[in-house]
Amino acid sequence: MVRVYRPYSNWFYLPTALIYGVLFLVPTFASLYFSLTRWSLFESKFIGFDNFKLFFQEPALVKGFTNTLIYAVVTSGSKVVLGLLLAVLLTSQIVARGYLRSVVFFPVLVSTIGIGLTFTVLMNPERGLINGALSVIGIDGPGWLTDPKWALLSVAAVDVWKGVGLATLIYIAGIVSIPREYVEAARVDGAGSWETFRRIVLPLSRPATVTVIILSLIGGLRSFDLIWAMTRGGPGFTSDVIASVIYKQYQAGFYGLSTAGNVVLFVVVTAVVLPLSWFLNRREVEL
Amino acid sequence: MTFRPGMRGAAVLAAGSLALTACSAGSLGSSDDSGGGPGSNTVTITYLIGNQDQDIKTANQLVKDFTAKNPTITVKTETRPAGSEGDNIVKTRLATGDMPDVFNYNTGSLFQAIAPQKNLVPLSDQPYLKDLDENFTKTVTADGQVYGVPGGGFMGGGVLYSIPVYTKLGLKPPTTWAEFMANNAKIKAAGGVAPVIQTYGETWTSQLFVLGDFHNVAAAEPDFADRYTKNQAKYATSPAALKGFEHTQAVHDAGYENKDFASAKLPDGLRMLAQGKGAHYPNLSGVVANMVSTHPEAAKNVGLFALPGDDASKNGLTVWTPGANYIPKTTTGDKLEAAKKFLAFFASPEGCASLSKAAAPTGPYAVKGCTLPDDVPQAIKDMQPYLDKEGGSSLALEFLSPVKGPSLEQITVEVGSGIRKAKDGAARYDEDVKKQAQQLGLAGW
Amino acid sequence: MSTAELVNHRPGRKLALSAVAIVASVVVFLVPFAFIVLTAVKDRQQSALLDFSWPHQFRFVQNFIEVVEARDYMLVIAFINSTILTVASVTGMVVLAAMAGFVLQRRKSRWNPFINFLVLAGLIIPPAVVPTIWVLQQFGLFRTMPGLILIEIAYGLSFCILLFRAFVSTIPRELDEAAIIDGAGPLRLFFGVIFPLLRSVVVTVVVVQSVAVFNDFVNPLYFLPGDKNATVQLTLYNFSSQYSTQYNLLFMNILLITIPPLIMFLFFNRQIVAGMTSGAVKG
Repeated sequence: MVRVYRPYSNWFYLPTALIYGVLFLVPTFASLYFSLTRWSLFESKFIGFDNFKLFFQEPALVKGFTNTLIYAVVTSGSKVVLGLLLAVLLTSQIVARGYLRSVVFFPVLVSTIGIGLTFTVLMNPERGLINGALSVIGIDGPGWLTDPKWALLSVAAVDVWKGVGLATLIYIAGIVSIPREYVEAARVDGAGSWETFRRIVLPLSRPATVTVIILSLIGGLRSFDLIWAMTRGGPGFTSDVIASVIYKQYQAGFYGLSTAGNVVLFVVVTAVVLPLSWFLNRREVEL
Repeated sequence: MTFRPGMRGAAVLAAGSLALTACSAGSLGSSDDSGGGPGSNTVTITYLIGNQDQDIKTANQLVKDFTAKNPTITVKTETRPAGSEGDNIVKTRLATGDMPDVFNYNTGSLFQAIAPQKNLVPLSDQPYLKDLDENFTKTVTADGQVYGVPGGGFMGGGVLYSIPVYTKLGLKPPTTWAEFMANNAKIKAAGGVAPVIQTYGETWTSQLFVLGDFHNVAAAEPDFADRYTKNQAKYATSPAALKGFEHTQAVHDAGYENKDFASAKLPDGLRMLAQGKGAHYPNLSGVVANMVSTHPEAAKNVGLFALPGDDASKNGLTVWTPGANYIPKTTTGDKLEAAKKFLAFFASPEGCASLSKAAAPTGPYAVKGCTLPDDVPQAIKDMQPYLDKEGGSSLALEFLSPVKGPSLEQITVEVGSGIRKAKDGAARYDEDVKKQAQQLGLAGW
Repeated sequence: MSTAELVNHRPGRKLALSAVAIVASVVVFLVPFAFIVLTAVKDRQQSALLDFSWPHQFRFVQNFIEVVEARDYMLVIAFINSTILTVASVTGMVVLAAMAGFVLQRRKSRWNPFINFLVLAGLIIPPAVVPTIWVLQQFGLFRTMPGLILIEIAYGLSFCILLFRAFVSTIPRELDEAAIIDGAGPLRLFFGVIFPLLRSVVVTVVVVQSVAVFNDFVNPLYFLPGDKNATVQLTLYNFSSQYSTQYNLLFMNILLITIPPLIMFLFFNRQIVAGMTSGAVKG
């Protein structure tokens, strides 16, 4: 090679940077300014950091923070564990594999509104199918969505139900890209299923794990559409998360305040995700 | 937040009649913008409405009757979501100069929030203004200018009650809260019927004990609305205003609610009431038309009384004004003329007749010369005596003050479910209100 | 054939596991869908009870026609709009994000942490609607389909880049080097060698983003308003309102708008099984 050759051209970034920069970053920076204003969409008045002060005085905020963390950890944890187990199951020589793959992934395809609606009905304490089935075996089911103790976890369960198919798909894509030779070599060495899983599949599907953790954690921390469709943060404020608090402020026309809330949420999510992402990606490089 | 409903009530669409709404959606190619008609001087205007089927039905009826009279004008309808999603759409489209030529939106505090002086065409020079009910025009006025014409009838916020249950137990519509609770006790003792229907599956229905009580608040403290706007009166510290929260709690504490109150939705509540399985349902008269269309017997079986307070002599009804139609400043030239004609039609007796044709009325119209048809449901008839009596009715607080907190419905659900006490709920609502008043930049907050 | 055959030693255990999995899948995943389907074919009165029961009468055809005809065939228009939007924006996302993800993974520079941060920011920060409209108006793109397509691309890029970056890392650099020695330029290296290897991720991205865009309703509502621009999610509002909900038609509508993503998935499902990058990485 004589000339300096750059196979990884920076030009590849250009179209992405253009679209992303103009349509996402510019408006986002504009909105940063509005978080410092009282903004009715029609006019804005600069008020410094008052919105942030107000946001932190929000009575539902502490509850919202706790709920957000619970929701994010429960949903992303369940998606990682269940997704990996399902992916291992669905890449093995199991009967009706095609059917099972389709069925597990199917909920991902249905709209959130549709799923929220369906489960709201199924979880109805008096007439819903779930409590109906439980009463057959002698259990008096709670008001899944109307009892403050259960509401958040019930929504989280539906979130996992809807999202586990995606985690499984990412894991399947990761597992099938593990070179066949590795598994065969392990077999030759006499490794059992568990050994193969632990020594080959688990470490080599790390990129998939990282992706699933990051995506579902961000999804969980920001999550609100399913919560909104099922409980609207209720009963009362008991299943409010930060995103639903912000959304309610937005709905109420407090545009500057909700923009400030978004900045806070962004900082919180970044504070959780960035170190984690850095840590996980570093481990990946070491491999 | 606000009760918003496509406040015109609704008729259940019989199978197949959905196809009648011929000028709403895209029409698969038949909806050319050019107007396409013979005369080249036709004007096409677009009318933005909520996407609830009752809104669409009403709008289509009005458009049909209006264009029959004005063949040179074509009106196309466009829909937006209802509720607070709709608020954001309306504000966004106004702020970006993208509003259709005429649009339907709420009155009162929500109207004040869309910066009428800046965004809307004033209608103060229109000849029909003198025909509009003053209670209505008050709620669409900003800086002395009137901006909207009514898109429906007034509504009452009171207690819908089952007449058969009352007859069977020999009860009388109460005029004080004590009588109301005594009736509830008898209904509960008789068994089989839930004394008070609550439907927290639809959170907005939980606010009635508070919002519908405003006539009683105003009767006890006539300057409450004014002092409330100025940050001088509070729900938690005004004994009269606190009553609404206390009543919400009292009904729960006494075990008068239907068993499934936490998950039931509006249609469940209406069914219980119409079938006599529940005796009282605090709600807006706007729901009556829908109840009657699903349960025809409810036209005779369901009556309405005002939420009772402490003083029988001051008993009266809290009234909501209808949503209104507005023209944004971006409408100009021929379209503006056409839009003004369209609004004038709303403000005429023919317009009211058209409204009555589309759906059963929710209450008296806000246009002089408009009369209700004779066959209105009993609950709507029951509103009339209150309106006729001097001091027998008051506008709801949201039409008298721009201050209205967004979280009331969550708070009343908590109070009515035993999660929070009345006093605490009222204090929480005062906090909520404070935030909104500060956002509006009102003096004294 | 799968590469990771883990639970495949003992046939008896395999069958038992299969049986458990099938029964569990029926209870957990099929019953809710059975509920949707049953409700969709009921008459209005029975559907209002919202119970899990056998329909008194099957009104599949009537309900179907009613849903399709509602609001002057809004559903048909919505299907056309959603399809155009989905195909165009997902194509854009896949190509652009694959290019960016590839360079981001391969080329180590001191800008990488910053770029990674921007990518994450796109996932984390909710879009600012009104300023975005202002920007679109500057370019004359507001209220146009191309404008909306670009918006969907911009909002979807982060997710795609993240996936592509993760999976480019599983492709050995030796392949790049071999191609470079063969004289491939950056474009040929990427489109001729790397992109085909990304097939299983491309499929994942296509499936996930198609579903997201197809089911999106907030962005079309703000950036391309108007009934003739309706997308499929908006049609759900035709049958529910504050005062009454026609549950049979609502669930029929849910069913109908789920069919296109389902077809797409069934189509790609085999691709996922077949699309193994490992086959190309011999040696």
